[in-house]
Amino acid sequence: MSTPENKTNGTPRIGVYVCHCGINIAAKVNVAECVEFARSLPYVTVAREYKFICSDPGQELIQQDIRDGKIDRVVVASCSPLMHEATFRKATLAGGQNPFFFQMANIREHVSWVTFDKEMATLKAKALIAGAVMRVARHKPLEKTRVPVNPDVLIVGGGIAGIHAALTIADSGKKVYLVEKEPTIGGHMAKFDKTFPTLDCAACILTPKMSAVRSHPNIILWSYSEVSQVDGYVGNFKVKVRRKPRYVDEELCVGCYECIEKCIFKKAKFEDEFNIGLSQRKPIYIPFPQATPLVALIDPETCTEFRTGKCKKTCVDACERKAIDFQQKEEIKEIDVGAIILATGFKIFDATRIPRYGYGKYPNVFTSLEIERLVNASGPTGGEVRLKDGGKPNSVGIIHCVGSRDINTNRYCSRLCCMASLKLAHLIKERTGAEVYNFYIDIRAAGKGYEEFYDKLLKEGVHFIRGRVAEVSDWTMTADEEGKLVIRAEDTLIGVVRRIPVDMVVLAVGLEPSADADNIRRMFNISCSYEGWFLERHPKLAPVSTFTDGISLAGACQGPKDIPDSVAQAGAAAAEALALIDKGFVELEPNTAFVQDEFCSGCCTCVALCPYSAISFSADNNRASVNGALCKGCGTCVAACPSGALQQNLFTDEQIFEEIRGVMNYV
Amino acid sequence: MNYLYFPGCSLKGTGRAYEDSILSVFKGLQLPLEELDDWNCCGATSYMAISEMKAFALSARNLALAEKQAHSRENFGLVTPCAACYLVLVKTQKYLQEFPDIGDKIKTALKSANLEYGGKVRVRHPLDVLANDFGTEKLASFVKKPLKGLKVACYYGCQIVRPYAEFDDQHNPTTMNRIMHALGARTIDWALKTRCCGGSLTGTIQEVGMRLSYILLREASRLGADVVATACPLCQFNLECYQKQMSREFEDAISIPVVYFSQLVGFAMGLPAKELGMQRLFVPFKFNPAAESVKGGIHVHS
Repeated sequence: MSTPENKTNGTPRIGVYVCHCGINIAAKVNVAECVEFARSLPYVTVAREYKFICSDPGQELIQQDIRDGKIDRVVVASCSPLMHEATFRKATLAGGQNPFFFQMANIREHVSWVTFDKEMATLKAKALIAGAVMRVARHKPLEKTRVPVNPDVLIVGGGIAGIHAALTIADSGKKVYLVEKEPTIGGHMAKFDKTFPTLDCAACILTPKMSAVRSHPNIILWSYSEVSQVDGYVGNFKVKVRRKPRYVDEELCVGCYECIEKCIFKKAKFEDEFNIGLSQRKPIYIPFPQATPLVALIDPETCTEFRTGKCKKTCVDACERKAIDFQQKEEIKEIDVGAIILATGFKIFDATRIPRYGYGKYPNVFTSLEIERLVNASGPTGGEVRLKDGGKPNSVGIIHCVGSRDINTNRYCSRLCCMASLKLAHLIKERTGAEVYNFYIDIRAAGKGYEEFYDKLLKEGVHFIRGRVAEVSDWTMTADEEGKLVIRAEDTLIGVVRRIPVDMVVLAVGLEPSADADNIRRMFNISCSYEGWFLERHPKLAPVSTFTDGISLAGACQGPKDIPDSVAQAGAAAAEALALIDKGFVELEPNTAFVQDEFCSGCCTCVALCPYSAISFSADNNRASVNGALCKGCGTCVAACPSGALQQNLFTDEQIFEEIRGVMNYV
Repeated sequence: MNYLYFPGCSLKGTGRAYEDSILSVFKGLQLPLEELDDWNCCGATSYMAISEMKAFALSARNLALAEKQAHSRENFGLVTPCAACYLVLVKTQKYLQEFPDIGDKIKTALKSANLEYGGKVRVRHPLDVLANDFGTEKLASFVKKPLKGLKVACYYGCQIVRPYAEFDDQHNPTTMNRIMHALGARTIDWALKTRCCGGSLTGTIQEVGMRLSYILLREASRLGADVVATACPLCQFNLECYQKQMSREFEDAISIPVVYFSQLVGFAMGLPAKELGMQRLFVPFKFNPAAESVKGGIHVHS
């Protein structure tokens, strides 16, 4: 290995700063010993310890040493680079040096937090410090490159979160593409009648926002569409959107319902998805009266023309505007955007997974979402709570935590089911006068006005039984139970097992990541938590951004959330997107790969391996070359190149070997 | 398929009728059943509750013996009618595979008795064998006296499907129902097919155990069942033997025959009552075939 040179000042002069991190590091690592050790390493001219190096005075120490000419390269031994690498690069720059003359040794996450023995911890910390010193001595000055940001934004998912984010961004004058996979926007909220705890009408507060989306000059709404491909990087994403055929021209249709009236099916007989199968629709339909866009669509699975080709096509004759088009094909739209917001929502827990609650077996066991439709004035019963045989229930049991707080299904709390159950309890009692029993583990009413709402229900005479329900069944012990559904649960407040016969059971089903969450996260290259929720960059300090720059999260795709929380997060996601766009440029990390022309044999191994299509091959000089704007610095090509022609900034062979030598040789 | 037979203690004692009927039915269906030589206690209930390792050792000895007796026979099953024996043998099999530390200890224990076990035994319940190996259609062809008009409450108990659901659904098993349909009988649709019969509580805290049994019998009677069919000697015992006490205790006249499913199979096949242990029942099972003559019981309807 050659002796490292500092192009400006000759031999490197390295400053090592060992952080106590309060007691996070100091309780396990002998910091003073590490500093003493650092002084003995080659090129080290300054070694210091400090309680919190990330603090302002801590950073000032580094800057002053650079200004005083004592050092020209920096090693900080503290936490993980994910946490503070950017902080210290900035400090190095502020002191007057190239920010890449900096290296971090992670002695917190990799040492103090995971090592019991103090001596071993100190030994490992020293080894990592030595590695960092030897490495930084070989660092070369690098420059970040700036690329402009495309000012358009893509929002995936048109529930309340996506709608709110879209309107916020569009109102600021930026262009938004809102992509929704269902025929209408509105998401789950559009199915609700009232919202807790204020009991204001969901439609009254949602539908104006839906129509605002439709009419906003800055929003391009693509419903019944899905993102099929995502390329590029922050500021410059290239996205393909698949627009599914509705077989009705969106520009021509005015939503007059004539085609639906005149469909050869006189009676609606197919399961209505919007009403979760509680009512029927025709093959040509509009999901609900306030659907946005208010455009009919044809379901080819049930439409006679698609099934047999022999339909009289009365719908075509009925449409004065000639909007129906059986020939419509799927369309792929290609768009360029600078920022992306994912607001893809959730799915409800499948209640048949807990067979002892009888969903799917006993007709009068409903999910909470089904009851939302029943209490909805524009739902299948016009807002009346009815049993399957049309009768009115005299007693209703609401079972909380179905598919939540349960090691057999989902361990997490779904957060909103307590309040949703209270709301339904109130509405059911109001509409039917029935006795309502809530079976709960704990009532989680943490939110503005939530506890007060719970209190109101207690006063209304809704019954609360604390205990997880064992089963819902139809076996009887007494004559009063004949013909009823019996809910059996231990009442843990009085310490006995109770049997409550009821006419109707409501299962407060929990929330789960949407069925296509896994595909979405792969497509957008983001991570997810163990349960499948999209993972935020930091649970406290970056709950909206993801590990992929330029992509933020809004609403329940990140975890169970009620409407206020979804809207708040959507606003934050919009702010992140706007901040990126307003800045106008992004700085690309310089840790990209590059080809050393003299070694490249033109074998093209790298070209096929690059996951970002950043490498191209020129037949003219028989050499590969890397597009620095596209390269993400993953290192795949560097490892694969048979002639060692590919190298990567900040990860050159020399730097890596020196780091290893440092780790191995000095302790 | 070759079958070895593990009776366990109950089938030689209180559950004699179960053994009688299983042996007669298998013979009648020309399914050879060969009793395991020198078998010992399966290791169930008390052992399992007090010392798991001893239970595994006892159970593993039976498995090792079975493997030895099967010689080089490919594809053989150890038919185990008693639900408790069945569960403990299945559980041992799983634990030996999944937990190497237990496997090693048991290996040493077996070695001291000059035995070894290679994990080849498949523990089978006769419900599984009849419905899935033999097949309900073939079984229907052996029916001479179809149980037309008989309403059966199929009661599975807990141990056959929980925690291991080897051949049926854990919450809603249907194998016995399919067999009963093949015999021409109807079955009631009830929620209690796998609910606790009281187990050994009937012998320890009788009021609790008996109440649990009563719940089952009350519900079966309420839904119009003529007979309760069981697949476990303890269930059969609990449900049958305390009916008089229950009637007094709960002021509810309970009287319903409780038989082994295999007794009904043999009955429909026209086997003599004595070979099925029918004379051992406390509440006699009487059945007069429906007036119209019916050819073969047919498995339809679920």
